[in-house]
This record gives sequence, C-alpha cells and structure tokens, in this order.
Amino acid sequence: MARLRMNQAIGAALADAMAEDPTVVVFGEDVAAAGGVFKTSVGLLERFGPERVRDTPISEMAIVGTAVGAAMGGLRPVAEIMFADFFGVALDQVVTQGALVHYLTRGAVTVPMVIRSSVGAGRGFAATHSRTVEEWFLSAPGLKLVEVSGARTAYGLLRAAVREEGPVVVLEPRALYGTREEFEPGDDAVIPLGVAEVRREGADATVVAVGQTVGIASEAIERLDASIELIDLLTLRPWDVETVLASVARTGRLALVEEHPFTGGWGPEVASRVGQELFGELTSPILRITAPDVPVPFTRDLEFRYLPTAEYVAAQLGRWLETDTLPSPWWERIGEEV
Amino acid sequence: MAIGKGPEVVTTYDAKTPLMRREEVIADPLARLERMMEIRHAEQKIRELHEEGLAWGSTHSCDGQEAVAVGIAAAVAPTDHVVGAHRGHGLGLALGLTPEQLLGETLGRSVGAVEGLGGSPHLVETSVGLVFTVTLMGAGIPIAAGLALAAEVQGSGRVAVAVFGDGSVNIGAFHEGLNLASLWKLPAVFVIENNHYGEFSRYDRTTAVEPLARRAEAYDLPWELVDGQDVDAVIAAVGAAVERARVGEGPTLLELRTYRYFGHSRSDRAPYRPEGELEAWRARDPIRILGERLEAVGMVDADALAEIDERCRERIEAAAAHALASPVADPGAMFRHVYPEPNR
Repeated sequence: MARLRMNQAIGAALADAMAEDPTVVVFGEDVAAAGGVFKTSVGLLERFGPERVRDTPISEMAIVGTAVGAAMGGLRPVAEIMFADFFGVALDQVVTQGALVHYLTRGAVTVPMVIRSSVGAGRGFAATHSRTVEEWFLSAPGLKLVEVSGARTAYGLLRAAVREEGPVVVLEPRALYGTREEFEPGDDAVIPLGVAEVRREGADATVVAVGQTVGIASEAIERLDASIELIDLLTLRPWDVETVLASVARTGRLALVEEHPFTGGWGPEVASRVGQELFGELTSPILRITAPDVPVPFTRDLEFRYLPTAEYVAAQLGRWLETDTLPSPWWERIGEEV
Repeated sequence: MAIGKGPEVVTTYDAKTPLMRREEVIADPLARLERMMEIRHAEQKIRELHEEGLAWGSTHSCDGQEAVAVGIAAAVAPTDHVVGAHRGHGLGLALGLTPEQLLGETLGRSVGAVEGLGGSPHLVETSVGLVFTVTLMGAGIPIAAGLALAAEVQGSGRVAVAVFGDGSVNIGAFHEGLNLASLWKLPAVFVIENNHYGEFSRYDRTTAVEPLARRAEAYDLPWELVDGQDVDAVIAAVGAAVERARVGEGPTLLELRTYRYFGHSRSDRAPYRPEGELEAWRARDPIRILGERLEAVGMVDADALAEIDERCRERIEAAAAHALASPVADPGAMFRHVYPEPNR
C-alpha cells in the first residue's frame, strides 16, 4: 500500500503508463524540468528522457494541436493544460479537431490522446483560474470527459484514459493535489471509464457529486442523521446512467452537489435524465446544490461562500429531507436571517 | 496503429488505386499534366452539379491552383502525412483520391471518400497519406507538428506537410505551431497556398507582412516564395523542403503564389476583384504553362493534349454518373466511428 498525495499519484500513473507503453509521451508548460507547477510530473524527465518528456512554450493551441497530430501519428500523448480556464484558447483543437478526427476519417484514424488539466476554486486563484469548465466538453461528441476526486481515482482514471483509443479530457481539482489517500498503484488500480462509484450506501436519498464536491458531500452526509447514498460520478461523458438510476429508483430522492454555477454543467444533465426516467417514483423534487451564477470571487471569505461547503451542503440536504421541498439557495437569502 | 484503412475505394473509369494514381504523378510529367486537367474538369463538373440542383451545401473550387496541388503531390512521398484544408478538391485528386471518392463526397453518397458524412471540404485517403483535412483556419499547422513529432519519436523517417491558405497566417495556430515546430526542429513542411483571397478579402489587406512567407524569420525558419503556377517550380521547392525535413534540418515555410479563378464558395461571384486581375492570372494558367513546356520538348502535340483533356472529361463524367447512381449512407452511418472500438 502506498499513501500518496494526489499529485504524486498522477506522477505515478504517468510513470507507470510510460513504462508500460513506449509510445506514451508527456508534454506541457513546465512539466519536464520543473516537474509541473503542481508537481504532477516530478522525475519523469530524468527517468524517460527529453524525447518523451517535453516542456512546451505557453501555447495552448499548439499543445493540444500537437497532441492531436502526435496521437494520429501513432503516439499516446498526455498533454497538460495548466489551468482548465486556458482551454478557452485551445478548444478548437479539443472539440472540433481532436474529437472529430475518427468520425471524419470514417474510423481510419484514431486520436488516443489525453489532455490533463487542473480545475476548481478554493485556492485563491481568482475568476480566470478557478472554473471547472466541464460544460465546454459535455456537448462534444467523440470526446470522453472524466473528473477525479482524489489520489486513488486520479491514478486509476488516468491509467485508463491513456489506454483509450480516443481523446479523453481529465480534470483534476487542484484543491486536492495535496490530499493523501492510501491505495496500491498498479494494474488492479485502473478504474474503467464510464463507471461511477458508490462511495457510501444509503436508503433515504441519493447524492451525486463530482471532483472536490465528493469529499464535501461526504463530510456533509456525516453531519446528518440520515441514510444517504453517495455516488462519485467520475466519468462525465459518457456518465453512468445505470448506476445513478438504480440508486434513485431505490431511494426516491436525488440531490446533486456541483461546484459549477447553477446554469450549465453536468448537474442539469443528470437531473433532467433522472427526472425523465423516474418521474413518478421521486418522493421529493430533485435538489441541486451549486455555486451561484457569478464569476469565482477572489477574497477568501467570498470564495468559500461561492463554493458549496460541507456546512452549507448539510444544511440544504437537511431541510430538503425534512420537508420534501426545495430549500432556496443561499444567494436568494442574502440579508435574511439564515 | 493510429492510422489505418478508410472506407473502400471505388474506381469506375479505370482500375487505378489511389496509390497507383499517386505514383504516376510522382514519376511522369505527362501524368501531372493529366491530373491538372482532371482537377479542372472536376471543378467544372461540381459547379454544374450545383447549378443543376443535384448537389447540396457549399463547395470551394480551386480552378487556377492545380499546379500547387499536383506539385505538392509529386514532391511528397505517399508514406508521408499531409493535412489539407477546405479548398482541397485539387490536393485530394493530386494525392491520389479517385474522382469517384471526390464526386461521391461532394454529392453526399456512400461512395465518397468519407461516406458522404464529411462533405467535399473533408477529404481523406490514408493509403496515400492524406490523413486529415481541416476547415478551421490554421488548425492543421499544430496537427502537422504533432504528426512530425510522432515521426521523430518513432524514427519513421516520415515528413508531415500542412497545406493551408493565405487566410490562415493571422491566426494563433499558425504562430504557435510554427514556433513549436521550429523549436523542436520537427520534420515538417508548412505550405501557404496564397490564392490572393481569404474569403472576400485580398491577403495584402489583412496581413501586415509581404511576402507572407517572411513570417518564417520570426521563428528562425527557412522560407521561399514560389511561383505556384509552375508545377516544376513547386516540385523543386517542396521537394527541397521535404528533403531538409527528412534529414533532420527542421521545418520550412513555403509560400506558393497562385490565384483562385472563382469565388470563395458556391454563392460568391467575387465582385471585389480589381478589373483585369483575373484575366492577368488566366494568362499564366498552370495547365497551359506545363502543356506548352511539354510540347516544346516534344513530349506532346496539340492532338495529344486534346486527347488527354477528353480522357479527363470522360473520367470525371463517369465518376459523377457513378456517384449520382450510388446510395446515400444509411442513418446508422452517423452513429459509427463517433468513438473508436477499444482494442485492448
């Protein structure tokens, strides 16, 4: 058993993937000599050499475009976009080129590339370096999207993503890079894409969370005197409809804990699907606990107001379970006694 | 293997595969002349099909630019990788695509290069190295850098070639891709096919640098401005750049100066052209330049030229007839190849 921080687990996954397959190459801004700004690729340059581990210029369009071409040409590139907000300048290469090559070549060409990126609020990086941007990729046919929730899932999903034949975007909540988890790296730790994990079982309600809200939701559930099932979605495209529907069919209640703003994101997708499929079986309205529809604020107090905290999630879940009606979000109660 | 075999290739007029067609173009000046004539006939036929209401959607013709396409095809090996751009009918045919693949794709039929699901701007034929065609400006430049990176890491000896228009030199992908390719000394060739107009705007009204290839100096790359109406000049320049890339001397930026006889797309009558410009360029028609050159050395005479031209016309007519008689892909086709099959 190893007790690894999430950034170390990512480095271990990259090293194991490179050792397993000589076509795996790693590149991105400051990933080689410096080992990554979040220390997710420490030691790779020394171990695998400058041909396979490369620092790039600050050129996101070239980083992703080069990954697309390298994958077409027979390599398995794992490229890094330092902050997911920077995908904005490279989105063409992800969703319009890389994701469509296989379709537009009628299966003749594959793009086995992985683009890793850090996401999320909670580190004081402010409005332009704190979003989770899942919605940029959710509507992209040809692409798979995963979001890890700790060291173990980061290792397991990244290993699986590198083995995929098509392009995968892997989102890593940067607030979790320093958190530790105990697990045994290796083939048995690989987590297949498209499969959610039930993190705790329960009978009264199903809570679905993603990325850093998995830990937040777990902490919130522990504060409540209720039997709540917690599902870590892990893969957002394609997401595990079966596991979520089976759980909600049993519990009759669904709550989603989402880091992204109320409008857009993975939450509405899951909510609408469950609402469509289980309309008559729900005993309460579907609860979405999200961030507000605003940019991520910088100052610490407000950043942690923006993010759903364990305290807030527990309060919302508690009111919802008690009344079977939707509690209003905090931003609709500003100035009121909470 | 990331690059495999595409849909089945159909030929009707003759039994030549894309690779056979390509090898002819590489080996034989007469075949190059014939291919240029074939491209001209194909573009004419595609316009007719649109005028007759038999074709759907938009299309981008390359009449006048045939020497660029055929010159590149003759100078690049079929095992090298080429990423084309939206005005790609000529490049496709020159690289080896059969007329049935082009006409079929234009008409949205399952015999098309990509089963009618891409349309005429998305031609691909992996057996001759046309591995992708991009339609967003400059997108193929970093992709070619990536293909070149793969060639270098694998030691395959392949060269990657990106072909794009003058409208692609002012977008980030151009600058980012060129800088990275130069920095890593990748085996790549970047070809600006300057046909003078990016959509409706003349290149010198949108770009601060003249000639466009001088941009290479910013990335410490060799560059050359080439007469894109002279197929032999194109072969010499592209051939030298490919050779430099193959021996490890890094990328080259080439500007092939040519001219688009028709508008940007089907609906554009090109009213923005200065008077006399089209006529001046038509006087330097690439097919006539090569025809006269081959005539001067006794390889063809007027009768032979007429015969080749007629053969091209017949081949294109046969391909169009075959495409029109072919089925449209079944609805299931749109669900295939969105995601690859897992292979391990």
